[in-house]
Amino acid sequence: MNAQARQGWLLVAPATLLFVGIVATPLAMTLLLSFNGWSSTQGIVPTLTVQNYAEILSDSFFAEIFLRTLRIALWVTLICVLIGAPEAYILRRMREPWRSSFILVVIGPLLVSVVARTLGWALLLGGNGLIPLALHRLGLTSSPVSLMFTETGVVIALVHVLVPFMVLSVWASLARMDPATERAAQSLGASQITIFLRIVLPQAMPGILSGGIIVFSLAASAFATPAIIGGRRLKVASTLAYDEFLNTLNWPLGAAIAVLLLVGIVAIVVGWNRFIERRYSQVFAS
Amino acid sequence: MPYLALENIRKAYGPAVAVDRLDLGVEKGEFISLLGPSGCGKTTTLQMIAGFVEPTQGAIALDGIDLSRLAPEKRGLGIVFQSYALFPHMTVAANVAFGLEMRRVGKAEIRQRVEQALAMVGLADKGGRYPRQMSGGQQQRVALARALVIRPAILLLDEPLSNLDAKQREEMQLELRQIQRQSGTTTVLVTHDQQEALALSDRIVVMNQGRVEQIGSPFDVYERPGSAFVATFLGRTNTFSAEPTPRGLAVAGHVMMPGERPATISIRPEKVDFTTDGDGLPGRVLTRVFQGNHWLLHVETPGGLCLVIRPNDGRPLPGEGETVVLAFRARDASLSLAGSTP
Repeated sequence: MNAQARQGWLLVAPATLLFVGIVATPLAMTLLLSFNGWSSTQGIVPTLTVQNYAEILSDSFFAEIFLRTLRIALWVTLICVLIGAPEAYILRRMREPWRSSFILVVIGPLLVSVVARTLGWALLLGGNGLIPLALHRLGLTSSPVSLMFTETGVVIALVHVLVPFMVLSVWASLARMDPATERAAQSLGASQITIFLRIVLPQAMPGILSGGIIVFSLAASAFATPAIIGGRRLKVASTLAYDEFLNTLNWPLGAAIAVLLLVGIVAIVVGWNRFIERRYSQVFAS
Repeated sequence: MPYLALENIRKAYGPAVAVDRLDLGVEKGEFISLLGPSGCGKTTTLQMIAGFVEPTQGAIALDGIDLSRLAPEKRGLGIVFQSYALFPHMTVAANVAFGLEMRRVGKAEIRQRVEQALAMVGLADKGGRYPRQMSGGQQQRVALARALVIRPAILLLDEPLSNLDAKQREEMQLELRQIQRQSGTTTVLVTHDQQEALALSDRIVVMNQGRVEQIGSPFDVYERPGSAFVATFLGRTNTFSAEPTPRGLAVAGHVMMPGERPATISIRPEKVDFTTDGDGLPGRVLTRVFQGNHWLLHVETPGGLCLVIRPNDGRPLPGEGETVVLAFRARDASLSLAGSTP
């Protein structure tokens, strides 16, 4: 090993140790744990079994929860795209000092503690909250319907905190766009709507897709928001794993749920990434 | 009435005036260049014609129709941008077809006209490529095809060759001129490159600090600069202050040409010659630099430093350190009278 290579290894050593210590080791232990047995009298049984996975994959109770997690994450991603992409475009066209102040407004949700923010949503979404009352007054519901412990409520609260990630991601790809392309389209006779749909949106697509990955994986693994808004009645994968660990004390089953959630998210993200790379590598410089 | 008429145009951004009192008429089929240093208002003028910038004052008319109320997308002008502004997510053919689609031209006709346009710029077989896969020169041609395929009333070129290397630029200049002649499209070019303006234009509009300095054919503007700014901006020039004597205008006591009043003489370096008989400005050669097809000499004279360009035609030239006598023909020089600021 020459001096330069040795120096390189020395430089990456601290970060590697940290990664191995706090990410890789617990992950490996969780994986091992998920193959252990469990009984209500003995606790964890140190055998090697796939019983936990078999239980999760065969029980419709678990299937429903995983499907719900997927459904919530997909809705949150879709709504974040619909709100975030135009928001980023509007921000880009704003002039100073408006732009700086509105960027602060956009990333605002990230600056508020998750508990304070989510309890705030609980106040707004609850039976006597502002939103059900407003919907009732507008005649959209016959009586105030609480959105607490519903998927809609969870989706609303998650969109609120995850939209900034979409805005920032789309913003980054719009910053790479040559503003003259909009003018070129205009000079060729395109209306403002056509310019947005056919010139701006396709160029923002890599940002929308990578923002989608971030939003989707954060929504699928979110814990605090579904725990407070969804509560006991509306479980998602992460709160289910939490309950198995701390209420039932069935650690191996909880570990298996966590592993399946991780594998599912990684599979979706990797597939998604492949798609983006294949679709856009010819068109945009990487 | 000219085809494109700009009347008394003024554009101010707050207290800063970008363009002032601009009058310009462009005839149909003409190739005209707006030439000047950066910040002279040439790009602002182009953007006012295109409709991206609204004039503070004045009128722009195309073929007798007032353009000022027309949005950029309704003007029907072809624009080639400095960055080319190709749509990176579309193939070359789709880029060229875009303007025709906006005009709701039929599919078969679009295909045919796109093919024609790409053939015209020599890219007939490159329609399926993406802009990123092409060289700067090729992207430039796509941008030109995209602008011309809609058969624009006017073609606007915004520093179109500035991102190319010297060799490509020269090739593109010839090609651009040829394509423009072929299609007969009225063209307005914005450039800071004097050589480009001289090579391409029917007429040049020299601009400085928001004002028009001179409008004329390339030959006229170069040979008979209307102001000291034009003389120094277009090509190189030597200037001498001259005093009247009974025998004519003299530089540092040496009579150079006829004249009765104190003046500044401008003379192009290629019009200065070495003389062996009699009158002239004595000097000493400081440096002699070989530049391929010509020699560049710096000659120190009592009237100041003088630049001399001589063709590399085999005739003997004075070496560095030798003393020489400089002379020029009076009709090659231009005079501006002292006291009258150009």
